[in-house]
Amino acid sequence: MGFLEIDRATKSYGAVKVLHETDISIDEGEFLVLVGPSGCGKSTLLNMIAGLEEVSSGDIRIKGRSMNGVKPADRNIAMVFQSYALYPNMTVRGNISFGMEMHKVPKPERETKIAQVADLLQIGQLLDRKPGQLSGGQRQRVAMGRALTRDPDVFLFDEPLSNLDAKLRVDMRMEIKKLHQKLGTTIVYVTHDQIEALTLSTRIAVMYGGYVQQMGTPREIYDNPANLFVAGFMGSPSMNLFPARVVDAGGAPAAEFTLAGGETALLPFAGDALAAQQGRDIVLGIRPEAITDEGGADRNSRAVHVVESPIEITEPAGSDTFVVTQWGGRDAVGRFRADVPARAGDRFAFAVNMEKAVVFDPETETRIA
Amino acid sequence: MPTDFTSQAVTAGTGTPAPIRKRRRTAAAPRVILYLILALFCVYYLLPLCVMVVNSLKPLGEITAGGMMALPEQWTLAPWSSAWSTAQVGVDATGLRPYFVNSILMVVPAVAISTILGALNGYVLTKWTFRGATLLFGLVLFGCFIPFQIVLIPMARMLGLMGIAGTVPGLVFVHLVYGIGFSTLYFRNYYAAFPTELVRAAQIDGAGFFTIFRRILLPSSGPIAVVCIIWQFTNIWNDFLFGASFSDFDSQPMTVALNNLVQSSTGVKEYNVHFAGAIMAALPTLLVYVVAGRFFVRGLMAGSVKG
Repeated sequence: MGFLEIDRATKSYGAVKVLHETDISIDEGEFLVLVGPSGCGKSTLLNMIAGLEEVSSGDIRIKGRSMNGVKPADRNIAMVFQSYALYPNMTVRGNISFGMEMHKVPKPERETKIAQVADLLQIGQLLDRKPGQLSGGQRQRVAMGRALTRDPDVFLFDEPLSNLDAKLRVDMRMEIKKLHQKLGTTIVYVTHDQIEALTLSTRIAVMYGGYVQQMGTPREIYDNPANLFVAGFMGSPSMNLFPARVVDAGGAPAAEFTLAGGETALLPFAGDALAAQQGRDIVLGIRPEAITDEGGADRNSRAVHVVESPIEITEPAGSDTFVVTQWGGRDAVGRFRADVPARAGDRFAFAVNMEKAVVFDPETETRIA
Repeated sequence: MPTDFTSQAVTAGTGTPAPIRKRRRTAAAPRVILYLILALFCVYYLLPLCVMVVNSLKPLGEITAGGMMALPEQWTLAPWSSAWSTAQVGVDATGLRPYFVNSILMVVPAVAISTILGALNGYVLTKWTFRGATLLFGLVLFGCFIPFQIVLIPMARMLGLMGIAGTVPGLVFVHLVYGIGFSTLYFRNYYAAFPTELVRAAQIDGAGFFTIFRRILLPSSGPIAVVCIIWQFTNIWNDFLFGASFSDFDSQPMTVALNNLVQSSTGVKEYNVHFAGAIMAALPTLLVYVVAGRFFVRGLMAGSVKG
């Protein structure tokens, strides 16, 4: 039995079902990220764990205790909000101690706790300021400090970094991860940013349309996406997904697809899963880092195949150059080493690591190989 | 930082040569005309008040002799003390003092209670919404626009049944009923823009319904509270219809007493005393505007941006 268990929980507003039957179970100390585009139900699920929204059916259990009908304050959770939700009329000190005050923690104990938290988050010099006098990053810290004083069973984060600028976001992301490693508290974290999801989590639930599309470790989600949505949503630049057809190439199955000029190319599959399915239409998924220049191909892979294809544009990004070509009528992005002399218009050899390729059914959008 | 900017702009302005200065001088002409017109209107609006003040400070003889617009030849405070404590109001020669007290006793609780209830209503209607909340708010709004005259008879009946007809508490009740509509409107619109996440954060922190209201919402409600208080104070203080309809001799508010003072038909009409009484009746609202007025516009804007 898990530490936090979401057991067939649903949420509907009248006739609109925003969260379909959801089962999630995580162990103590895990970092679960709920990720998905806006409106996928991730924030609703978080609010249900917090007790701010009621569960329409099903149950949520923390440490085996059912949370149905338990008030947010009695769930032993702490939450960090997207807008930080600092009380504007109180000082930082007041903000941090408010929760303890409500739980009737005696004053000396509150003071020690505030000092501890201020020390941990390096906000000691800010304690007597009002939230309006703080920068975004400082507010973020105070919001976390307020949550930390509770010694909660579960920390809930609702898109805590989305209001920060890009650089600060990366810094705070790292701090949250450090904090998790130091405290070992169970965390549920909502974000629409798949990079945050991959970097922070020990477990990811990818959500879309009120369903959990896939649940797994970051590696599982990244390497073995369960369906087209997960494949396209996770990873940046996103996975190349293009239509192809299964053909027989000398006794082994291969994917056949069109290039820009109308000619076709062949990529033999690494496994035999599609051996008996010649003629089947598929969607082939290959991540940009599995499409490289020949010299940059993974030497450990035994299934690197070369496709000659005209380059449409190149995007030098400093450390790498992203090279775009047309495969199956879609843009296919390859990740080349920065100093490869690839120029737009050239015909170039793309080395594809087929061990990393995934195959989807175009109708059901689920993974078939 | 902003000061740096302005100082830069100023030096840049004065440092540039003639053409710009010339344009400034031509731009100044319309400005002068504008101020002249404004000053004219200012005088126009202030004239009635001046006439009142001036005439309340001169003996009756000077007014009846036709010197209405002239400054007093002999300055006197006698009309003021007469209006306050000895003038004939209705049947008693009590001056306006007891009625002034009645008005205070009526206005203060009515304003305080309607403001607090309006704030609570606004809080519930925005942060603890329930099925039919919008409809209920619509009905409350509807209450704002019911003409006073329509409720006179039912209200008289209600006050009689409640046993507070013809008393100051009765008047407080009437104004409370009318005031809640407006105060609810103000606070609902203000709290609609108040971030709900703060309420949720407080809930998770363990604060209850009233604690959240008192510790989180009320401290941020200053501007709208000022708007509400000014509005309610002015309306209730200046009300004549309810005061005349639902009060007894000993519970009449200032406005009704002023009318009785002016209408008393025995003896000569003491215009100077009437002027003094009228100013007295207007002073509290003036005071409220002067003290709290600068928050008024700010509060109105704050409430009207969203909601």
